[in-house]
Amino acid sequence: MRARSLHILYFAWLRERLGLGEECLALPDGVDSVGTLIAWLRRRDDRYGAIFAEGRLVRCAVNQEFAGPDTPLAAGDEVAFFPPVTGG
Amino acid sequence: MARVLVQDGAFDLAAEFAALTAGRCDIGGVGAFVGTVREISGGRRLTAMTLEHYPAMTAAALARIAAEAERRWDLLGCTLIHRIGRLEPGAPIVLVLAAAAHRDAALAATAFLIDWLKTRAPFWKKECFADGEAHWVEARAEDEAAAARWSGEPG
Repeated sequence: MRARSLHILYFAWLRERLGLGEECLALPDGVDSVGTLIAWLRRRDDRYGAIFAEGRLVRCAVNQEFAGPDTPLAAGDEVAFFPPVTGG
Repeated sequence: MARVLVQDGAFDLAAEFAALTAGRCDIGGVGAFVGTVREISGGRRLTAMTLEHYPAMTAAALARIAAEAERRWDLLGCTLIHRIGRLEPGAPIVLVLAAAAHRDAALAATAFLIDWLKTRAPFWKKECFADGEAHWVEARAEDEAAAARWSGEPG
């Protein structure tokens, strides 16, 4: 069920490297923040390990607001990962 | 109240200026910035630039940036328009207009709006070169420094 899951979005080179723009994920045990989600994703698959290894080059938003590793997560949240912005 | 738009197509600077100032006699000046696609990047020739964004977040992020400008200066209106998709060298990318009773506020708010937009709005540029190579533009320390100079209150 959507309400019990996280909706995760990837942009720019993260999207291209993963070959994935978005996914829905049942909230894993022990994941309660952006930092614990990243740790979980890194263990999940080498492709995620590779993009999050470049930690300083990845930014995050939760429910369309810029977020950091300590930002709490709950089921139903929208989490986005992307590089530092380069518009304008 | 700011006018905020994200669109594929070109914007009309004259029409936007007219819309911002229509029927107003209290405005003493309008600051304007138009960002355009520069052909040479890192010494190489661009064929095009592609702009991606985070649709659910972009309009709200731009509105927050505009609201912060309105909080810092006595603005009589402002306009932020950002294009997305494929843009060729010379094409306009972004428009900032800020109207105020006096030029100091109009010019300062215009500089603030583009500096914050570059570091706080979820857009990403991908450059495509004549030899077929393409890469995502990296954030520049100079842009962070330009945005950081506004960290105090208006002066």
